[in-house]
Amino acid sequence: MQSLQKITSKFIPLRIENVDTDQIIPARFLKATTKDGFGKNLFRDWRYENDDETKPKADFVLNQKQYSGEILVAAKNFGCGSSREHAAWSIQDYGFKVVVSSFFADIFKNNALNNGVLPVTVSDAFLQQIFAQGADATLSVDLEAQTIAIDATGAEERFDINSYKKTCMLNGYDDIDYLLNMKPEIEAYEKANQ
Amino acid sequence: MGKTLFEKIWDKHVVKQIEDGPSVVYIDKHFIHEVTSPQAFSGIEKRGAQLFRPKQIVATADHNVPTMHQELPIKDALSKFQVDTLIENCKKHGVELYGLGHKYQGIVHVIGPELGITQPGMTIVCGDSHTSTHGAFGSIAFGIGTSEVEMVFASQCIMQSKPKVMRINIDGALKNGVVSKDIILYIIAQISASGATGYFVEYAGSAIRALSMEARMTICNMSIEMGARGGMIAPDQTTFDYIKGRLFAPQGAAWDQKLAAWKELYTDADAKFDVEINIKAEDIDPMITYGTNPGMGLSVRGTLPTIESFTDATEKQNYEKALAYMGLTAGQSLLGMPVQNVFIGSCTNSRIEDFRLVASIIKGKQKDPNIKTLIVPGSQEVAKQIKAEGLDKIFADAGVEIRQAGCSACLGMNEDKIPAGEYCISTSNRNFEGRQGAGARTLLASPLTAAAALLTGKITDIRDILN
Repeated sequence: MQSLQKITSKFIPLRIENVDTDQIIPARFLKATTKDGFGKNLFRDWRYENDDETKPKADFVLNQKQYSGEILVAAKNFGCGSSREHAAWSIQDYGFKVVVSSFFADIFKNNALNNGVLPVTVSDAFLQQIFAQGADATLSVDLEAQTIAIDATGAEERFDINSYKKTCMLNGYDDIDYLLNMKPEIEAYEKANQ
Repeated sequence: MGKTLFEKIWDKHVVKQIEDGPSVVYIDKHFIHEVTSPQAFSGIEKRGAQLFRPKQIVATADHNVPTMHQELPIKDALSKFQVDTLIENCKKHGVELYGLGHKYQGIVHVIGPELGITQPGMTIVCGDSHTSTHGAFGSIAFGIGTSEVEMVFASQCIMQSKPKVMRINIDGALKNGVVSKDIILYIIAQISASGATGYFVEYAGSAIRALSMEARMTICNMSIEMGARGGMIAPDQTTFDYIKGRLFAPQGAAWDQKLAAWKELYTDADAKFDVEINIKAEDIDPMITYGTNPGMGLSVRGTLPTIESFTDATEKQNYEKALAYMGLTAGQSLLGMPVQNVFIGSCTNSRIEDFRLVASIIKGKQKDPNIKTLIVPGSQEVAKQIKAEGLDKIFADAGVEIRQAGCSACLGMNEDKIPAGEYCISTSNRNFEGRQGAGARTLLASPLTAAAALLTGKITDIRDILN
């Protein structure tokens, strides 16, 4: 997993609530057996007319050239719906390192963390402040300090992450390494609970 | 202080609590399917690791299997490759597979309970958000991502932060024509598609106790649609009677021992929940959704919210977006609106009782000539039972074809899709944009409401047929 410490970047504002994983990556793209290449199908049906890559929908934010960056900012309840990790893979593969929302669905949040994409939960008010910025505005996210700032205004908010997950992300460790080292304890648990 | 049902099972399965971090939770049973497992198998192989407890894993192919001519090779090359990859992975790693052609094949959340694999007190995971279905047996069951599938492959454990607990009490008697699907659609409409995020939900109360196991599964199945990590119901005599005698149920002395332990699985009288919600069963009507998330539901006799009822600008914008996608108008009624498709199936409503319900309505009648149907049993066992009970004849006489087991048009990964712009009354669990096919307009409802539309060709209050 890729590590992440600090990032300053422009952002892409997605002012839609309840973005479900079927929108992030439609089911027809789940037939792959590897984790690669999902980025080109991210938000596929919101991005293109009739599934045609030569016909981008002008009103969709990923197709608006003024917006770019490694941070996606979405309205509340982002990532609801299915458990498909393909949603996190497509966001990561597209080039996002951070997703900001006022509320994340549980499974998506775990999936993002397990793939080096940092979910940052902010207050509704702070989210509105971000949405009020222009296309050239940048955000700064500092994982060590657990802060997110709007650079132009200096507004800053602290976000929560448990210290275990924070350490994993700062160093690029994953849970499986940890669990593989726990085998003796797991075997002891099994013996005691048979 | 006493413990909740959730806490009793959770505490027993915590192998280790990481300081200011997640718990390492032991998993008793791990279900896998073709879509969310291949990257986990290849991940394990890349690490040079082995599956830690392959005997605790059960696999099936369900998401992208065809529901006609399953005896023939799968036509779609990508689907075929994914199903073949599952076969190969299971063989290589010693995992039991009930694949295409196997008599136990079916939707993973249908076969687990029907084979007696799902039992009270267990921890159960699957790379599928509807794993919460198994909570109907008084187990902790929840959906996981592929990285987590790999964790369970590697260690039979998963890292999870302990969720908060919510209890939803539904007391009283259901009105005629109202079934368990209506209960859960009503709850989600009340608390919204994110109303239980961060919580594990226990469903309780006299209306829940009165339900069959299959009806309870329908409720637990849709827990995720209000954001809950999972849903569960304390086991009781209904649960024990359901499990007894099933293929993988304990037998003889082992049964007596398990039963004694299962009888301890209930929330103590003095246990505390973070949130408690009370619902009167008699307030629930047959329900239907009108929007693009399962929280956008109302009584089949209701009217859509007005635009003015939304004060928040983003919420208003989202409502207008949903109306535009669905081709509906604020303030309108849905009753009598023509629909073109009926889908009966999915891990929510594809069990034998669902087919009995539908058959009871359509018996001796003809389907509306304009209605196209996708009628899909949840498993080979359900399909067999449909024939054994002669329900297949009732469907055939009504002009309705029954297909073969799989997830089908719930998510349209195979060829079972709803055409763009058309309405589908669906017994499945999600009405997201494009879920049943690009541009498809999904209206979630119970098998009874679906059966009513099958006969009339329009959105109908089932009580008008029953009375």
